Amino acid sequence: MQFPILSVIVFTPLIAALLLLFIKPERKTEIRVTALAAAVFALILSIWVYFSYDKVAGGYQFKEMYNWMPTLGIGYHVGVDGLSAPLVLLTGIVMVTGVLISWGIDDRPREFFSFLFILASGVFGVFVALDLFQLFFFYEIAVFPMFLLIAIWGWIKTREYAAMKLTLYLFIGSVVALVGALAMYWQSGIHTFDMLVLQQANFPVEFQRLWFPFVFLGFAVLGGIFPFHNWSPDGHVAAPTAVSMFHAGVLMKLGAFAALRVGIMLLPEGAKYWAPWIMGLALVNVVYGAFIAMVQTDLKYVIGFSSVSHMGLVMLGFSTLKPEGMLGAGVQMFSHGVMTALFFAAVGMVYDRAHTREISKLGGMSKPLPWVALAFIVGGLVSMGMPGLSGFVAEFPIFMGVWKVNPWVAIIASISIVITASYIMLVIRRTFFGEVPVELEGHISSVSPLDKVALILLSLIMISLGLFPSLMVPWVQSGVQNVLHLLGGA
Amino acid sequence: MSGNIMAVLPEILLLILGILILVLDPFWKEDNRRINLGWLTTGGLVLIALISILVSRPVTPQTYFGGMVRYDWLGFSFKIFFILAAAVTALFMMDIEHLGQRAEAYILLIAATIGMSLMASASDLVMLYLAIETTSVPLYVLAGFLKDDDRSNEAGFKYLLFGALTSTVLLYGFSLLYGISGQTNLYGIAANFTSFSPLVLGVLFLVLVGLAFKVSLVPFHFWAPDVYEGSPTPVAGFLSTASKAAGFVVVLRFFIVVFPGIAANWELILAILATLTMTLGNFLALAQKNIKRMLAYSSIAHAGYAMIGVVAYSKLGVTSTAFYLIAYILTNLAAFGAVAAVGNATKSDDMKAYYGLQRRSPGLALIMLVAFLSLAGMPPFGGFVAKVFVFSAAIEKGWVWLAVVGIINSIVGVYYYLIVLKYVYLYRMEGEEEEMHPINLSRPYSMALTILSIGIILIGAFFGPWFAIANNAALNLF
Amino acid sequence: MEFLSNHLLTTILLFPVLSAVIILFLPKDEMKVIRWAALIASLIPLGVSIFLWLRFDSSAAGYQFVESYPWYEAIHSSFAVGVDGLSLTMVLLTTILTPLAILASFGITDRVKGFMMLFLLLETGMLGVFLSLDLLIFFVFWEIGLVPMYFLINQWGSANRNYASLKFMIYTMAGSLGLLLAIQMIGVSFGTYNLPELFKLWPVATTLKNIPLGISIETVKTIAFWAFVIAFAIKVPVWPFHTWLPDAHTEAPTAGSMILAGVLLKLGAYGFLRLVLPFYPEQAKHFAGALAFLAVMAIIFGAFASYGQKDFKRLVAYSSVNHMGFVLLGIAAAAKAMGTMDATIALNGAILQMFNHGLSAAGMFFLVGVIYERTHTRNLDELGGLFPLVPVYGGILIFTSMASLGLPGLNGFISEFLVVRGAFPLLPVYTSLAMIGLLFTGAYILKGIKKVLHGPLNEKWIGHLTEINTREILVMAPLMTLILIIGVWPAWILDVINKAVIMLFS
Repeated sequence: MQFPILSVIVFTPLIAALLLLFIKPERKTEIRVTALAAAVFALILSIWVYFSYDKVAGGYQFKEMYNWMPTLGIGYHVGVDGLSAPLVLLTGIVMVTGVLISWGIDDRPREFFSFLFILASGVFGVFVALDLFQLFFFYEIAVFPMFLLIAIWGWIKTREYAAMKLTLYLFIGSVVALVGALAMYWQSGIHTFDMLVLQQANFPVEFQRLWFPFVFLGFAVLGGIFPFHNWSPDGHVAAPTAVSMFHAGVLMKLGAFAALRVGIMLLPEGAKYWAPWIMGLALVNVVYGAFIAMVQTDLKYVIGFSSVSHMGLVMLGFSTLKPEGMLGAGVQMFSHGVMTALFFAAVGMVYDRAHTREISKLGGMSKPLPWVALAFIVGGLVSMGMPGLSGFVAEFPIFMGVWKVNPWVAIIASISIVITASYIMLVIRRTFFGEVPVELEGHISSVSPLDKVALILLSLIMISLGLFPSLMVPWVQSGVQNVLHLLGGA
Repeated sequence: MSGNIMAVLPEILLLILGILILVLDPFWKEDNRRINLGWLTTGGLVLIALISILVSRPVTPQTYFGGMVRYDWLGFSFKIFFILAAAVTALFMMDIEHLGQRAEAYILLIAATIGMSLMASASDLVMLYLAIETTSVPLYVLAGFLKDDDRSNEAGFKYLLFGALTSTVLLYGFSLLYGISGQTNLYGIAANFTSFSPLVLGVLFLVLVGLAFKVSLVPFHFWAPDVYEGSPTPVAGFLSTASKAAGFVVVLRFFIVVFPGIAANWELILAILATLTMTLGNFLALAQKNIKRMLAYSSIAHAGYAMIGVVAYSKLGVTSTAFYLIAYILTNLAAFGAVAAVGNATKSDDMKAYYGLQRRSPGLALIMLVAFLSLAGMPPFGGFVAKVFVFSAAIEKGWVWLAVVGIINSIVGVYYYLIVLKYVYLYRMEGEEEEMHPINLSRPYSMALTILSIGIILIGAFFGPWFAIANNAALNLF
Repeated sequence: MEFLSNHLLTTILLFPVLSAVIILFLPKDEMKVIRWAALIASLIPLGVSIFLWLRFDSSAAGYQFVESYPWYEAIHSSFAVGVDGLSLTMVLLTTILTPLAILASFGITDRVKGFMMLFLLLETGMLGVFLSLDLLIFFVFWEIGLVPMYFLINQWGSANRNYASLKFMIYTMAGSLGLLLAIQMIGVSFGTYNLPELFKLWPVATTLKNIPLGISIETVKTIAFWAFVIAFAIKVPVWPFHTWLPDAHTEAPTAGSMILAGVLLKLGAYGFLRLVLPFYPEQAKHFAGALAFLAVMAIIFGAFASYGQKDFKRLVAYSSVNHMGFVLLGIAAAAKAMGTMDATIALNGAILQMFNHGLSAAGMFFLVGVIYERTHTRNLDELGGLFPLVPVYGGILIFTSMASLGLPGLNGFISEFLVVRGAFPLLPVYTSLAMIGLLFTGAYILKGIKKVLHGPLNEKWIGHLTEINTREILVMAPLMTLILIIGVWPAWILDVINKAVIMLFS
């Protein structure tokens, strides 16, 4: 029997979470080490899965299928394709770096890592799910830990509000999508939740056109689509660093990915019909997000809104329904995931030492924190789409795809590039260069080796992907082939 | 053994247990009494459940005792759950002052359980009424058991009054049923109710009043918050779970067996009631500061959700309601169990008492997490699957608007459940000295809570077997 | 060795960035080590480019030393590099100026490591633009060159550096935006980014692979034309898109200005020559008059502006506008009548002017820096009468200024003469106006020299002014030598340029 590697990846964090609960709360080092070990284990497995994936063969690999509730057509069915393999890898990376960054959490680390890992399991579960019920099941598992993580360990000023808002928004979004999914279940007549079967179901065109918005938008709420993005900036800012990394880096991709898997792949006719609208909304995300980011005074809010903008690019790419656009969107999910994890890690390090995120109160941080500055600059360049880094590899094909559909949208969207460049450069300059403010002089301790490892790892990944697109592009391409097949050829 | 005995084996065993307790009680010393009583009851109940499962599982549905009792899976499965719920309640009761060392409490508990078991399998109007009263009277007493507590007295009295009133109405309805059909057997009455008329509506209404009281549907829910708040907490837990479920079984049997002919009519009535129940329950829960009251309104709301399955008059509908009840019994028992523990330690049921609970007892906090998230409908807990099934059943039969109402209400529910969890995990006690005030649970107590939590997770993640049980139960009705 | 000789261009291209990575790991306090490491690292590409120059076969058509590797196949872009006469000239210029700029920066003591790393990164960016044979790679390196320059200005510049650096960045990026969109459009329409292929496909394509929105080929071409023109016009800079230049040049550190004026401006002109003229001969011809007009504006206004400056560095900055105007004039003339003898002459002049201006502008900026380091002022009114105090410096300054002025015998004369000679028959009015501009060029140069070296000596400098030292002379020496050689015997470079022009544009 084939080693059930995907299930191991999915359940490792959950089992680790349970194990952690048995360690006494005072044994903080043991807790952290256990957490790190579990995260590294999951990462190694996900790297293995990624590089063992056969891009030529394509399709879903490492499949496992068990009965869960056959009478209702619910099964436990997992597999990865070219689009989800990079995302599984991304989750592993963010998990490890998140644990490294959270090494310093002193208030009940046991519960913190426990909840974080439940979240991770949920995320893994969604990425590899090939059964619709299972997808929802794990999707919801990923939502409730966010509430606790933000409410308990978050920024004291807004954490309760942000946590509740986030949870309610995401819950509502998922429930809306669930209604659509149930409709599909009944309509298909086959009474199954298995997505591979539903992909061939050929729902009537009217049905698809009716339900596509519910399903797509329901999930896209988690992706931060305008006008349902409002939970995201507050959630990002209120969350503790590792949770922000997860939130922006992985969770938002969950939304976009589920929107693709369930919305576009199961209801292709609906997708084709609604694509222009989605494109419009995504365009608003891209431009509006960039403009709002520009006027923020809190560093973390800048990053938060910039995430809204970049996720807009992902959805823009999806909405083109063209090979290049989807390719770019797939790569962007990975690239932005790494980049935003890096950003939040860096911001977290600055905040932990300076105890302020107001840009006007910061300055000259590159002297005490050179590595943070360097990493932030790399991240900033990626977010501008600077060639040579992963952001360009992602954004360029997206624009190519958009060109093919609507050149005006491409032109308007590229305005955001300039806006992004200007605010990123300004933020970098004001935060990291110039004079260190008097109050902070001497209070900024340097970063620990673990922090450095996290920063370097994330930066190297973005640089490598930028210089060698072939490290990811073939995978995403094979995944995109799959999607295009369902849309009826390119 | 003869079919008759098999059919009521659990009840017989329960009776023996009750008598046993009565007899043994005077022989025990003061200090041991509590422990002995509690363990005897619990152990006895678990034993009864095991014996029943092993020996007297029903094969094909049949009526016994001259048509009084129907021996089928629906009745049987719920009987077992009632017995197990009583066992857990007995464990919880042990720690309540003035309750735990009184043999009467345990005997009343067992008596109520006997009544519920009979309610579950009753197939005759007379039997049904007897069973309902057998359940209710002990519960009235149990609710008002704490003589020195004003609120308990009030609870008991209120429960008595309401219960007696609605019982009367119910009896009147039953008498009309008899008058119209000329018989008291449920399965025989059905033939006379094939068309709708004002008389039928009247009878329906009367019956509904009684049953709605039992399951706390709006607008017959008024008793619930006060009674739950005033009763000793384990009793409230038992009321909100087993008693309600028993009521539901009667509802199922009644509406699906007696009134299938006018299904189209009562479906709508029940749908409206369900909507009102869910909505009122949820929105009133939002405003509560006392956790027992909050749980009371939440229980009311859950009755509404479960009712959706009944409205979806189908095999899946009944299955989903049964499944929902099973999940709900476990969940609510756990919730009330935790509340009882905290109430015991802090002598308060105000939500403020829960500030910083996680630091005082991480285990208890975890139990609350599981229970409350299950109530909210989050995976991997039973509440999620239960809600999905109930909504699916509604959508399958075209009651999409009802499912949407249910979903919206679930969202509102998430809010207030999460607030409590926030208090537990985030907020601090006054003075922030949680380490100085740990909340310790006795071994058996924590074991009970743990088993319940594991059960909730099992139902949520590996719901196959439970669904099969519920399915079998449903089959018996069609 | 085998590997090297097959991968000469990649070596030139990547060596600087790899050295930057190595420098990253040097301890930041060892400033001397870092400086010398950077200098030696920058000399290697120089050596290789000289080697290339000698091995280059100027009579062979097409690109030489071509290398091509798959890069981003999903969108049909590959990593393709190659040189012809035009690009080789520019490569040589870059690899000459970079070591000199690094040598010039030996006086920097603040964060030397970062400075040197950025410089080497910058070199890779510039070389990449000249060497690339794939439009997407062209764009990649074009952008890569922006970031180091932004940081160089922003971190090591003078008082107004924040404003200047941001303006530089935003202006150029805005231009590159159009470039990006145009390149995307081309990629989408033709299905490839490879320059040689595009050159073949372009004139004969009547149906496009994927026409966006069903617009006609002509529209696609026109939009791309304007996008390219604006992007390159900002870089050159063409009046009136030049306003970023005075601030950026003035506020940048000395070495930054050397490279900015010496090489970065040429990127824009290179873009015109490599992409605009070959792809859009008709449109270029159509707008040649307008282009010439702008060129003349640059020449005249640049000169006037220079004349009016009180800040020495700003004076030199505007002189760049002035000199690049000649480059543009040559291009305009070539656009008007591609393939004719006059056009060829004008183009020769333009390209040579690019090389020459690189040398002389770098020299001028360096010399301004020398004085600034000693006096800490660039204000012409405060300087004056310095000749007796620093005779050697004065001599060098005069020499370089004369080159800038276009004195016969030095390099500037040759290129300006060729441009005027070639442009006159084609654009007589504009050329005449340009010559008037030349007059003013002389005016401002002489004014500059006068204000610094002649006139009454400002008392406070006595005893506080040290003579130009050996290192600084070493920086100027190669420049002066080349200036003289080209002025007296230009054949060695003109030959290569000429053959390239003939092959490309006839």
